[in-house]
Amino acid sequence: MTTTLSRPLTEPQVTPRYPGMKVTQARVINSEWTKFRSLRSTNITLLVSVVLTVGLGALISAVTASHWTTASAADKADFNPIVTSLNGVQISELAVGVLGVLLISGEYATGMIRASLTAVPQRLPVLWGKLGVFSGVVGVTSLISTFVAFFVGQSLLTSQHLGVSITSPDALRMIVGAAAYLVLVGIIGMALGGLVRNTAAGISSLVALLFVIPGLLSLLPNSWSNNIGPYLPSNAGEAFWGHPTGAHLAPLTGFLVLCAYAAVAVAAAAVRLRSRDA
Amino acid sequence: MIEANGLTKRYGEKTAVNDLTFTVEPGIVTGFLGPNGAGKSTTMRMIAGLDEPTAGSVRVNSADYRRASAPMAELGILLEAKAVHTSRSAYHHLLALAQTNGVPRARVNEVIDLVGLGEVARKRVGGFSLGMGQRLGIASALLGDPQTVVLDEPINGLDPEGILWVRNLLRGLASEGRTVFVSSHLMSEMALTADHLIVVGGGELIADMSVEQFVAMASTNVVVVRSPQAGELRDLLMGPDVTVTSAEAGLLEVRGLSAESIGDLAFEHHVRLHELAVHQASLEEAFMEMTRDSVEFHAHTTTDREADGLAHATGGTR
Repeated sequence: MTTTLSRPLTEPQVTPRYPGMKVTQARVINSEWTKFRSLRSTNITLLVSVVLTVGLGALISAVTASHWTTASAADKADFNPIVTSLNGVQISELAVGVLGVLLISGEYATGMIRASLTAVPQRLPVLWGKLGVFSGVVGVTSLISTFVAFFVGQSLLTSQHLGVSITSPDALRMIVGAAAYLVLVGIIGMALGGLVRNTAAGISSLVALLFVIPGLLSLLPNSWSNNIGPYLPSNAGEAFWGHPTGAHLAPLTGFLVLCAYAAVAVAAAAVRLRSRDA
Repeated sequence: MIEANGLTKRYGEKTAVNDLTFTVEPGIVTGFLGPNGAGKSTTMRMIAGLDEPTAGSVRVNSADYRRASAPMAELGILLEAKAVHTSRSAYHHLLALAQTNGVPRARVNEVIDLVGLGEVARKRVGGFSLGMGQRLGIASALLGDPQTVVLDEPINGLDPEGILWVRNLLRGLASEGRTVFVSSHLMSEMALTADHLIVVGGGELIADMSVEQFVAMASTNVVVVRSPQAGELRDLLMGPDVTVTSAEAGLLEVRGLSAESIGDLAFEHHVRLHELAVHQASLEEAFMEMTRDSVEFHAHTTTDREADGLAHATGGTR
Protein backbone atom coordinates (compact mmCIF):
# COMPACT_ATOMS: atom_id res chain seq x y z
CA MET A 1 0.00 0.00 0.00
CA THR A 2 2.67 2.49 0.96
CA THR A 3 5.65 3.19 -1.20
CA THR A 4 8.49 4.73 0.69
CA LEU A 5 11.40 5.52 -1.53
CA SER A 6 14.67 4.60 0.03
CA ARG A 7 17.06 7.49 -0.23
CA PRO A 8 20.67 7.94 0.73
CA LEU A 9 20.89 9.51 4.17
CA THR A 10 23.39 12.16 3.26
CA GLU A 11 21.57 15.24 4.53
CA PRO A 12 23.67 17.20 6.95
CA GLN A 13 22.45 17.98 10.44
CA VAL A 14 20.47 21.19 10.64
CA THR A 15 22.29 24.42 11.20
CA PRO A 16 20.74 26.01 14.28
CA ARG A 17 19.41 29.53 13.88
CA TYR A 18 21.07 30.60 17.10
CA PRO A 19 24.84 30.39 16.96
CA GLY A 20 26.40 28.11 19.54
CA MET A 21 23.15 26.27 20.17
CA LYS A 22 24.09 22.99 21.78
CA VAL A 23 23.36 21.05 24.95
CA THR A 24 26.15 21.35 27.50
CA GLN A 25 26.27 20.17 31.10
CA ALA A 26 26.78 23.74 32.31
CA ARG A 27 23.67 24.88 30.45
CA VAL A 28 21.59 22.05 31.86
CA ILE A 29 22.76 23.00 35.38
CA ASN A 30 21.74 26.59 34.67
CA SER A 31 18.34 25.34 33.47
CA GLU A 32 17.89 23.21 36.59
CA TRP A 33 18.71 26.25 38.70
CA THR A 34 15.96 28.18 36.90
CA LYS A 35 13.57 25.30 37.56
CA PHE A 36 14.59 25.11 41.22
CA ARG A 37 14.18 28.79 42.01
CA SER A 38 10.96 29.25 40.04
CA LEU A 39 8.90 26.84 42.17
CA ARG A 40 7.42 28.19 45.36
CA SER A 41 7.20 24.69 46.88
CA THR A 42 10.97 24.10 46.66
CA ASN A 43 11.70 27.45 48.29
CA ILE A 44 9.22 26.80 51.08
CA THR A 45 10.55 23.30 51.75
CA LEU A 46 14.08 24.66 51.88
CA LEU A 47 13.00 27.36 54.32
CA VAL A 48 11.26 24.75 56.48
CA SER A 49 14.48 22.77 56.69
CA VAL A 50 16.39 25.86 57.86
CA VAL A 51 13.74 26.72 60.46
CA LEU A 52 13.77 23.14 61.76
CA THR A 53 17.56 22.93 61.97
CA VAL A 54 17.96 26.26 63.76
CA GLY A 55 14.67 26.35 65.67
CA LEU A 56 14.70 22.83 67.05
CA GLY A 57 18.40 23.15 67.92
CA ALA A 58 17.63 26.33 69.86
CA LEU A 59 14.58 24.78 71.54
CA ILE A 60 16.47 21.67 72.65
CA SER A 61 19.37 23.80 73.88
CA ALA A 62 17.07 26.11 75.86
CA VAL A 63 15.15 23.25 77.43
CA THR A 64 18.38 21.46 78.32
CA ALA A 65 19.78 24.59 79.96
CA SER A 66 16.64 25.33 81.95
CA HIS A 67 16.37 21.76 83.27
CA TRP A 68 20.06 21.29 83.86
CA THR A 69 19.92 21.66 87.64
CA THR A 70 17.32 18.89 87.91
CA ALA A 71 18.80 16.60 85.21
CA SER A 72 19.79 13.06 86.15
CA ALA A 73 23.39 12.00 86.34
CA ALA A 74 22.90 9.75 83.32
CA ASP A 75 21.51 12.64 81.26
CA LYS A 76 24.43 14.78 82.31
CA ALA A 77 26.86 12.05 81.31
CA ASP A 78 25.28 11.74 77.85
CA PHE A 79 25.21 15.48 77.33
CA ASN A 80 27.20 16.95 74.48
CA PRO A 81 26.70 20.67 73.88
CA ILE A 82 27.46 20.49 70.13
CA VAL A 83 25.11 17.56 69.47
CA THR A 84 22.41 19.34 71.51
CA SER A 85 22.60 22.44 69.34
CA LEU A 86 22.65 20.39 66.10
CA ASN A 87 19.88 17.95 67.01
CA GLY A 88 17.42 19.77 64.74
CA VAL A 89 18.91 17.94 61.74
CA GLN A 90 17.26 14.74 62.97
CA ILE A 91 13.97 16.30 61.86
CA SER A 92 15.06 18.75 59.19
CA GLU A 93 16.58 15.82 57.29
CA LEU A 94 13.01 14.87 56.46
CA ALA A 95 12.32 18.27 54.86
CA VAL A 96 15.54 18.06 52.87
CA GLY A 97 14.80 14.48 51.85
CA VAL A 98 11.29 15.42 50.70
CA LEU A 99 12.80 18.27 48.71
CA GLY A 100 15.08 15.76 47.02
CA VAL A 101 12.23 13.38 46.23
CA LEU A 102 10.08 16.22 44.84
CA LEU A 103 12.85 17.46 42.59
CA ILE A 104 12.37 14.44 40.34
CA SER A 105 8.99 12.96 41.27
CA GLY A 106 7.39 16.40 40.77
CA GLU A 107 8.43 16.28 37.12
CA TYR A 108 6.88 12.86 36.66
CA ALA A 109 3.69 13.88 38.45
CA THR A 110 3.14 16.93 36.24
CA GLY A 111 4.55 15.52 32.99
CA MET A 112 7.35 18.12 32.97
CA ILE A 113 9.83 15.26 32.64
CA ARG A 114 8.70 14.74 29.03
CA ALA A 115 9.60 18.33 28.19
CA SER A 116 12.90 18.05 30.07
CA LEU A 117 13.93 14.84 28.34
CA THR A 118 12.82 16.01 24.90
CA ALA A 119 15.01 19.10 25.26
CA VAL A 120 17.89 16.94 26.53
CA PRO A 121 17.33 13.53 24.92
CA GLN A 122 20.68 12.26 26.21
CA ARG A 123 18.83 12.30 29.56
CA LEU A 124 21.72 11.84 32.01
CA PRO A 125 22.77 15.52 31.94
CA VAL A 126 19.35 16.29 33.46
CA LEU A 127 20.08 14.02 36.42
CA TRP A 128 23.57 15.43 36.89
CA GLY A 129 22.14 18.95 36.59
CA LYS A 130 19.61 18.28 39.33
CA LEU A 131 22.28 16.66 41.48
CA GLY A 132 24.58 19.65 41.05
CA VAL A 133 21.96 22.31 41.76
CA PHE A 134 20.52 20.39 44.69
CA SER A 135 23.92 19.73 46.29
CA GLY A 136 24.96 23.33 45.81
CA VAL A 137 21.81 24.97 47.11
CA VAL A 138 21.15 22.56 49.97
CA GLY A 139 24.86 22.45 50.82
CA VAL A 140 25.14 26.22 51.23
CA THR A 141 21.81 26.56 53.02
CA SER A 142 22.51 23.67 55.40
CA LEU A 143 25.99 24.92 56.17
CA ILE A 144 24.58 28.31 57.12
CA SER A 145 21.82 26.78 59.21
CA THR A 146 24.07 24.35 61.08
CA PHE A 147 26.53 27.15 61.91
CA VAL A 148 23.68 29.38 63.07
CA ALA A 149 22.20 26.47 65.06
CA PHE A 150 25.57 25.92 66.73
CA PHE A 151 26.05 29.55 67.77
CA VAL A 152 22.43 30.03 68.88
CA GLY A 153 22.51 26.76 70.80
CA GLN A 154 25.81 27.53 72.53
CA SER A 155 24.66 31.00 73.57
CA LEU A 156 21.55 29.47 75.14
CA LEU A 157 23.61 26.82 76.92
CA THR A 158 26.03 29.44 78.23
CA SER A 159 23.46 30.51 80.86
CA GLN A 160 24.39 27.26 82.66
CA HIS A 161 28.03 27.56 81.57
CA LEU A 162 27.51 24.53 79.32
CA GLY A 163 28.30 26.17 76.00
CA VAL A 164 31.50 25.56 74.10
CA SER A 165 33.33 27.67 71.53
CA ILE A 166 33.77 27.00 67.83
CA THR A 167 37.41 26.17 68.49
CA SER A 168 36.56 23.28 70.78
CA PRO A 169 37.57 19.83 69.55
CA ASP A 170 35.22 18.27 66.97
CA ALA A 171 33.01 21.40 66.74
CA LEU A 172 33.84 22.16 63.10
CA ARG A 173 33.74 18.49 62.12
CA MET A 174 30.27 18.12 63.60
CA ILE A 175 28.87 21.37 62.18
CA VAL A 176 30.14 20.67 58.66
CA GLY A 177 29.24 17.00 59.11
CA ALA A 178 25.63 17.88 59.96
CA ALA A 179 25.36 19.96 56.76
CA ALA A 180 26.93 17.14 54.72
CA TYR A 181 24.51 14.69 56.31
CA LEU A 182 21.55 16.78 55.16
CA VAL A 183 22.93 16.98 51.61
CA LEU A 184 23.51 13.22 51.42
CA VAL A 185 20.03 12.42 52.78
CA GLY A 186 18.59 14.80 50.18
CA ILE A 187 20.56 13.12 47.39
CA ILE A 188 19.26 9.73 48.51
CA GLY A 189 15.74 11.21 48.47
CA MET A 190 16.32 12.55 44.96
CA ALA A 191 17.51 9.17 43.73
CA LEU A 192 14.50 7.47 45.33
CA GLY A 193 12.24 9.96 43.54
CA GLY A 194 13.87 8.99 40.26
CA LEU A 195 13.59 5.29 41.01
CA VAL A 196 9.91 5.18 41.99
CA ARG A 197 8.81 8.22 39.89
CA ASN A 198 6.09 8.97 42.40
CA THR A 199 6.06 11.51 45.24
CA ALA A 200 4.14 9.49 47.82
CA ALA A 201 6.11 6.31 47.20
CA GLY A 202 9.41 8.24 47.20
CA ILE A 203 8.71 9.95 50.53
CA SER A 204 7.47 6.68 52.06
CA SER A 205 10.61 4.80 51.09
CA LEU A 206 12.76 7.61 52.45
CA VAL A 207 10.91 7.61 55.77
CA ALA A 208 11.23 3.83 55.90
CA LEU A 209 14.97 4.04 55.30
CA LEU A 210 15.62 6.77 57.89
CA PHE A 211 13.07 6.08 60.62
CA VAL A 212 11.28 2.76 60.24
CA ILE A 213 14.14 0.36 59.53
CA PRO A 214 16.21 1.55 62.54
CA GLY A 215 13.15 0.92 64.72
CA LEU A 216 12.61 -2.54 63.28
CA LEU A 217 16.25 -3.40 63.74
CA SER A 218 15.95 -2.90 67.50
CA LEU A 219 13.50 -5.81 67.53
CA LEU A 220 16.18 -8.19 66.26
CA PRO A 221 18.55 -10.03 68.62
CA ASN A 222 21.34 -7.80 69.90
CA SER A 223 24.02 -9.79 68.11
CA TRP A 224 22.34 -8.89 64.82
CA SER A 225 21.39 -5.31 65.49
CA ASN A 226 24.82 -4.50 66.92
CA ASN A 227 26.46 -5.65 63.69
CA ILE A 228 24.02 -4.14 61.22
CA GLY A 229 22.97 -1.05 63.16
CA PRO A 230 26.07 1.11 62.64
CA TYR A 231 25.74 0.71 58.88
CA LEU A 232 22.21 2.07 58.64
CA PRO A 233 22.13 5.48 56.89
CA SER A 234 20.96 7.43 59.94
CA ASN A 235 23.54 5.82 62.22
CA ALA A 236 26.34 6.17 59.69
CA GLY A 237 25.39 9.85 59.58
CA GLU A 238 25.45 10.23 63.36
CA ALA A 239 28.94 8.78 63.30
CA PHE A 240 30.23 11.88 61.53
CA TRP A 241 27.94 14.66 62.67
CA GLY A 242 27.26 13.44 66.20
CA HIS A 243 29.41 12.60 69.17
CA PRO A 244 31.02 9.25 68.37
CA THR A 245 30.20 6.50 70.82
CA GLY A 246 31.26 2.86 70.88
CA ALA A 247 28.09 1.95 68.98
CA HIS A 248 29.02 4.10 65.99
CA LEU A 249 31.49 3.78 63.15
CA ALA A 250 34.47 6.12 63.09
CA PRO A 251 33.49 9.56 61.66
CA LEU A 252 35.29 9.11 58.35
CA THR A 253 34.01 5.54 57.92
CA GLY A 254 30.47 6.71 58.65
CA PHE A 255 30.81 9.46 56.07
CA LEU A 256 32.08 7.04 53.43
CA VAL A 257 29.30 4.55 54.18
CA LEU A 258 26.62 7.23 53.71
CA CYS A 259 28.37 8.42 50.52
CA ALA A 260 28.23 4.83 49.28
CA TYR A 261 24.48 4.69 49.94
CA ALA A 262 24.00 7.91 47.98
CA ALA A 263 26.24 6.73 45.13
CA VAL A 264 24.44 3.41 44.75
CA ALA A 265 21.02 5.12 44.82
CA VAL A 266 22.07 7.71 42.25
CA ALA A 267 23.61 5.05 40.01
CA ALA A 268 20.38 3.04 40.12
CA ALA A 269 18.35 6.16 39.32
CA ALA A 270 20.68 6.91 36.39
CA VAL A 271 20.30 3.41 34.96
CA ARG A 272 16.53 3.64 35.27
CA LEU A 273 16.38 7.09 33.70
CA ARG A 274 18.54 5.97 30.83
CA SER A 275 16.88 2.65 30.07
CA ARG A 276 13.18 3.13 30.78
CA ASP A 277 10.57 4.90 28.70
CA ALA A 278 9.82 8.33 30.10
CA MET B 1 12.33 14.93 7.59
CA ILE B 2 11.11 12.04 9.71
CA GLU B 3 11.78 8.47 8.60
CA ALA B 4 10.13 5.60 10.40
CA ASN B 5 11.34 2.17 9.48
CA GLY B 6 9.50 -0.88 10.74
CA LEU B 7 8.65 1.06 13.87
CA THR B 8 7.06 -1.22 16.45
CA LYS B 9 6.10 -0.69 20.08
CA ARG B 10 4.65 -3.32 22.36
CA TYR B 11 3.57 -2.80 25.95
CA GLY B 12 3.49 -6.30 27.35
CA GLU B 13 0.93 -8.22 25.35
CA LYS B 14 -0.52 -5.19 23.63
CA THR B 15 0.96 -3.94 20.37
CA ALA B 16 0.49 -0.17 20.22
CA VAL B 17 2.39 0.38 17.00
CA ASN B 18 3.08 -2.38 14.50
CA ASP B 19 5.74 -2.20 11.80
CA LEU B 20 5.16 1.40 10.71
CA THR B 21 7.24 2.55 7.78
CA PHE B 22 6.73 6.05 6.42
CA THR B 23 8.54 9.24 5.55
CA VAL B 24 7.43 12.73 6.48
CA GLU B 25 8.80 15.14 3.90
CA PRO B 26 9.90 18.72 4.53
CA GLY B 27 8.10 21.68 2.96
CA ILE B 28 4.61 20.33 3.37
CA VAL B 29 2.17 19.72 6.20
CA THR B 30 1.72 16.01 6.81
CA GLY B 31 -1.35 14.94 8.73
CA PHE B 32 -1.16 11.93 11.02
CA LEU B 33 -4.65 10.54 11.20
CA GLY B 34 -6.21 7.74 13.09
CA PRO B 35 -8.95 7.03 15.56
CA ASN B 36 -8.19 7.31 19.27
CA GLY B 37 -5.94 4.46 20.31
CA ALA B 38 -4.50 4.01 16.82
CA GLY B 39 -0.93 4.54 18.03
CA LYS B 40 -0.41 8.17 17.01
CA SER B 41 0.83 9.44 20.36
CA THR B 42 3.05 6.40 20.87
CA THR B 43 4.62 6.99 17.47
CA MET B 44 5.26 10.62 18.33
CA ARG B 45 6.81 9.68 21.67
CA MET B 46 9.18 7.37 19.81
CA ILE B 47 10.08 10.17 17.39
CA ALA B 48 11.03 12.34 20.39
CA GLY B 49 13.09 9.54 21.92
CA LEU B 50 10.85 9.31 24.99
CA ASP B 51 9.87 5.72 24.25
CA GLU B 52 12.30 3.16 22.93
CA PRO B 53 10.93 1.20 19.94
CA THR B 54 10.51 -2.53 20.54
CA ALA B 55 11.67 -3.00 16.95
CA GLY B 56 12.54 -0.77 14.03
CA SER B 57 13.80 2.77 14.19
CA VAL B 58 12.91 6.36 13.55
CA ARG B 59 15.21 9.11 12.33
CA VAL B 60 14.72 12.85 12.63
CA ASN B 61 16.49 14.93 9.97
CA SER B 62 18.36 11.77 8.98
CA ALA B 63 19.86 11.30 12.43
CA ASP B 64 19.19 9.63 15.76
CA TYR B 65 17.45 12.33 17.77
CA ARG B 66 18.81 11.04 21.06
CA ARG B 67 22.32 11.85 19.87
CA ALA B 68 21.58 15.32 18.50
CA SER B 69 23.97 17.98 19.76
CA ALA B 70 21.36 20.75 19.49
CA PRO B 71 18.12 18.78 19.90
CA MET B 72 15.83 21.81 20.00
CA ALA B 73 17.10 22.97 16.61
CA GLU B 74 16.29 19.55 15.16
CA LEU B 75 12.87 18.86 16.63
CA GLY B 76 10.15 20.78 18.42
CA ILE B 77 7.32 18.69 19.77
CA LEU B 78 3.96 19.24 21.41
CA LEU B 79 2.81 16.09 23.17
CA GLU B 80 -0.82 15.36 23.80
CA ALA B 81 -0.30 14.75 27.49
CA LYS B 82 0.69 17.84 29.44
CA ALA B 83 4.42 18.31 29.80
CA VAL B 84 4.73 21.28 32.08
CA HIS B 85 5.05 21.79 35.85
CA THR B 86 1.77 23.36 36.91
CA SER B 87 3.32 25.45 39.68
CA ARG B 88 5.79 27.24 37.42
CA SER B 89 5.09 30.31 35.29
CA ALA B 90 4.96 29.99 31.51
CA TYR B 91 7.99 32.27 31.25
CA HIS B 92 10.17 30.21 33.59
CA HIS B 93 9.02 26.98 31.96
CA LEU B 94 10.15 28.22 28.57
CA LEU B 95 13.30 29.83 29.98
CA ALA B 96 14.40 26.57 31.63
CA LEU B 97 13.90 24.67 28.39
CA ALA B 98 15.67 27.34 26.33
CA GLN B 99 18.68 27.35 28.67
CA THR B 100 19.41 23.64 28.15
CA ASN B 101 20.14 24.18 24.47
CA GLY B 102 21.58 27.69 24.62
CA VAL B 103 18.56 29.37 23.05
CA PRO B 104 18.81 33.10 23.79
CA ARG B 105 16.49 34.60 26.39
CA ALA B 106 15.08 37.02 23.78
CA ARG B 107 13.65 34.05 21.91
CA VAL B 108 11.62 33.11 24.99
CA ASN B 109 9.78 36.43 24.86
CA GLU B 110 9.50 36.09 21.09
CA VAL B 111 7.61 32.77 21.24
CA ILE B 112 5.46 34.04 24.12
CA ASP B 113 4.32 36.90 21.89
CA LEU B 114 3.99 34.60 18.89
CA VAL B 115 1.47 32.35 20.63
CA GLY B 116 -0.29 35.27 22.30
CA LEU B 117 0.49 34.49 25.96
CA GLY B 118 2.12 37.86 26.71
CA GLU B 119 -0.33 38.84 29.41
CA VAL B 120 -0.25 35.59 31.36
CA ALA B 121 3.41 34.62 30.88
CA ARG B 122 4.26 35.32 34.53
CA LYS B 123 1.26 33.43 35.90
CA ARG B 124 1.23 29.86 37.16
CA VAL B 125 0.57 27.39 34.34
CA GLY B 126 -1.80 25.48 36.66
CA GLY B 127 -4.40 28.19 36.18
CA PHE B 128 -4.27 28.05 32.38
CA SER B 129 -7.25 27.00 30.28
CA LEU B 130 -6.90 24.06 27.90
CA GLY B 131 -6.42 26.46 25.01
CA MET B 132 -3.73 28.47 26.81
CA GLY B 133 -1.99 25.21 27.69
CA GLN B 134 -1.97 24.24 24.01
CA ARG B 135 -0.50 27.64 23.11
CA LEU B 136 2.23 27.17 25.72
CA GLY B 137 2.94 23.71 24.31
CA ILE B 138 3.24 25.15 20.82
CA ALA B 139 5.52 27.90 22.16
CA SER B 140 7.87 25.31 23.67
CA ALA B 141 7.83 23.33 20.42
CA LEU B 142 8.91 26.41 18.46
CA LEU B 143 11.47 27.63 21.01
CA GLY B 144 14.56 26.28 19.28
CA ASP B 145 13.37 27.32 15.80
CA PRO B 146 13.35 23.62 14.86
CA GLN B 147 13.71 22.10 11.41
CA THR B 148 11.08 19.50 12.24
CA VAL B 149 7.87 20.30 14.11
CA VAL B 150 5.69 17.53 15.55
CA LEU B 151 2.36 18.46 17.12
CA ASP B 152 0.02 15.94 18.72
CA GLU B 153 -3.61 17.10 18.46
CA PRO B 154 -2.69 20.81 18.57
CA ILE B 155 -6.20 22.11 18.02
CA ASN B 156 -7.72 20.29 20.99
CA GLY B 157 -9.26 22.86 23.27
CA LEU B 158 -8.73 25.80 20.93
CA ASP B 159 -11.51 28.15 19.93
CA PRO B 160 -12.27 28.74 16.21
CA GLU B 161 -9.88 31.69 16.13
CA GLY B 162 -7.16 29.54 17.67
CA ILE B 163 -7.79 26.74 15.19
CA LEU B 164 -7.40 29.16 12.29
CA TRP B 165 -4.24 30.49 13.88
CA VAL B 166 -2.74 26.98 14.17
CA ARG B 167 -3.69 26.22 10.57
CA ASN B 168 -1.90 29.32 9.31
CA LEU B 169 1.05 28.68 11.59
CA LEU B 170 1.51 25.14 10.26
CA ARG B 171 1.24 26.30 6.65
CA GLY B 172 3.77 29.04 7.38
CA LEU B 173 6.23 26.62 8.98
CA ALA B 174 5.96 24.26 6.02
CA SER B 175 6.45 27.07 3.52
CA GLU B 176 9.72 27.89 5.30
CA GLY B 177 10.89 24.41 4.30
CA ARG B 178 10.34 22.73 7.65
CA THR B 179 8.97 19.27 8.20
CA VAL B 180 5.54 19.58 9.81
CA PHE B 181 3.85 16.49 11.23
CA VAL B 182 0.48 17.02 12.90
CA SER B 183 -1.79 14.41 14.38
CA SER B 184 -5.53 14.62 14.57
CA HIS B 185 -8.54 12.38 14.80
CA LEU B 186 -10.53 14.92 12.79
CA MET B 187 -10.30 14.28 9.07
CA SER B 188 -12.13 17.48 8.13
CA GLU B 189 -9.56 19.62 9.93
CA MET B 190 -6.67 17.78 8.31
CA ALA B 191 -8.20 18.24 4.86
CA LEU B 192 -7.97 22.01 5.37
CA THR B 193 -4.45 21.98 6.77
CA ALA B 194 -2.52 19.02 5.42
CA ASP B 195 -1.08 18.30 2.00
CA HIS B 196 -0.24 14.72 2.72
CA LEU B 197 -1.75 12.13 5.00
CA ILE B 198 -0.46 9.19 6.95
CA VAL B 199 -3.39 7.19 8.26
CA VAL B 200 -3.02 4.60 10.99
CA GLY B 201 -5.49 2.27 12.60
CA GLY B 202 -4.85 -0.31 15.28
CA GLY B 203 -1.18 0.64 15.23
CA GLU B 204 -0.79 -0.20 11.56
CA LEU B 205 -0.33 1.90 8.47
CA ILE B 206 -3.54 2.17 6.47
CA ALA B 207 -2.68 4.88 3.98
CA ASP B 208 0.23 7.12 3.00
CA MET B 209 -0.93 9.47 0.26
CA SER B 210 -1.94 13.00 -0.68
CA VAL B 211 -5.22 14.36 0.64
CA GLU B 212 -6.75 14.21 -2.88
CA GLN B 213 -5.72 10.61 -3.38
CA PHE B 214 -7.09 9.73 0.00
CA VAL B 215 -10.51 11.11 -0.76
CA ALA B 216 -10.63 9.53 -4.22
CA MET B 217 -9.57 6.15 -2.90
CA ALA B 218 -11.71 6.02 0.17
CA SER B 219 -14.91 7.45 -1.11
CA THR B 220 -17.12 4.81 -2.59
CA ASN B 221 -19.93 6.75 -4.17
CA VAL B 222 -23.32 5.83 -2.91
CA VAL B 223 -26.41 6.19 -5.07
CA VAL B 224 -29.49 6.99 -3.07
CA VAL B 225 -32.69 5.71 -4.69
CA ARG B 226 -36.19 6.41 -3.47
CA SER B 227 -38.92 4.28 -4.97
CA PRO B 228 -42.39 3.08 -3.98
CA GLN B 229 -41.31 -0.28 -5.45
CA ALA B 230 -38.11 -0.49 -3.48
CA GLY B 231 -38.35 -4.20 -2.82
CA GLU B 232 -38.77 -4.99 -6.48
CA LEU B 233 -35.93 -2.67 -7.47
CA ARG B 234 -33.67 -4.20 -4.87
CA ASP B 235 -34.02 -7.64 -6.47
CA LEU B 236 -33.29 -6.17 -9.90
CA LEU B 237 -30.15 -4.41 -8.72
CA MET B 238 -28.60 -7.34 -6.90
CA GLY B 239 -25.40 -8.57 -8.47
CA PRO B 240 -21.97 -9.88 -7.57
CA ASP B 241 -20.34 -6.48 -6.96
CA VAL B 242 -23.38 -4.61 -5.79
CA THR B 243 -24.56 -3.98 -2.27
CA VAL B 244 -27.90 -2.51 -1.44
CA THR B 245 -28.79 -1.32 2.01
CA SER B 246 -31.96 0.25 3.22
CA ALA B 247 -32.09 2.78 6.01
CA GLU B 248 -35.85 3.31 5.79
CA ALA B 249 -38.78 1.91 3.85
CA GLY B 250 -38.73 2.98 0.21
CA LEU B 251 -35.14 4.21 0.36
CA LEU B 252 -32.18 2.25 -1.01
CA GLU B 253 -28.49 3.02 -0.80
CA VAL B 254 -26.70 1.35 -3.66
CA ARG B 255 -22.98 0.79 -3.93
CA GLY B 256 -21.32 -0.65 -7.02
CA LEU B 257 -23.67 0.71 -9.65
CA SER B 258 -23.75 4.11 -11.33
CA ALA B 259 -26.82 6.32 -11.19
CA GLU B 260 -27.18 5.91 -14.95
CA SER B 261 -27.37 2.12 -14.89
CA ILE B 262 -29.81 2.17 -11.96
CA GLY B 263 -32.03 4.63 -13.82
CA ASP B 264 -31.89 2.59 -17.04
CA LEU B 265 -32.64 -0.65 -15.21
CA ALA B 266 -35.61 0.92 -13.46
CA PHE B 267 -36.92 2.31 -16.75
CA GLU B 268 -36.63 -1.06 -18.52
CA HIS B 269 -38.56 -2.81 -15.73
CA HIS B 270 -41.12 -0.07 -15.27
CA VAL B 271 -40.09 0.69 -11.73
CA ARG B 272 -41.04 4.18 -10.58
CA LEU B 273 -38.26 6.29 -9.13
CA HIS B 274 -38.91 9.30 -6.90
CA GLU B 275 -35.32 10.11 -6.26
CA LEU B 276 -32.01 9.17 -7.79
CA ALA B 277 -29.03 10.95 -6.30
CA VAL B 278 -25.29 10.36 -6.15
CA HIS B 279 -23.92 10.95 -2.70
CA GLN B 280 -20.21 11.80 -2.59
CA ALA B 281 -18.72 10.59 0.66
CA SER B 282 -17.49 13.38 2.88
CA LEU B 283 -13.95 13.33 4.16
CA GLU B 284 -15.08 12.30 7.60
CA GLU B 285 -17.05 9.40 6.11
CA ALA B 286 -14.11 8.40 3.97
CA PHE B 287 -11.88 8.37 7.00
CA MET B 288 -14.34 6.35 9.05
CA GLU B 289 -14.80 3.94 6.19
CA MET B 290 -11.07 3.44 5.93
CA THR B 291 -10.37 2.95 9.61
CA ARG B 292 -13.55 1.07 10.43
CA ASP B 293 -11.84 -2.29 10.81
CA SER B 294 -9.26 -0.93 13.17
CA VAL B 295 -11.33 1.16 15.55
CA GLU B 296 -10.68 -0.13 19.01
CA PHE B 297 -13.96 0.66 20.66
CA HIS B 298 -17.04 0.13 18.55
CA ALA B 299 -20.17 1.94 19.52
CA HIS B 300 -22.50 -0.52 17.78
CA THR B 301 -20.77 -3.82 17.37
CA THR B 302 -23.45 -5.60 15.36
CA THR B 303 -24.10 -2.84 12.85
CA ASP B 304 -20.40 -2.37 12.36
CA ARG B 305 -19.98 -6.03 11.66
CA GLU B 306 -22.75 -5.87 9.09
CA ALA B 307 -21.16 -2.84 7.52
CA ASP B 308 -17.82 -4.61 7.40
CA GLY B 309 -19.44 -7.54 5.68
CA LEU B 310 -20.91 -5.24 3.10
CA ALA B 311 -17.67 -3.43 2.61
CA HIS B 312 -15.87 -6.67 1.96
CA ALA B 313 -18.61 -7.80 -0.44
CA THR B 314 -18.01 -4.73 -2.56
CA GLY B 315 -14.32 -5.34 -2.75
CA GLY B 316 -13.36 -3.94 0.60
CA THR B 317 -12.18 -0.57 1.69
CA ARG B 318 -8.50 -1.20 1.48
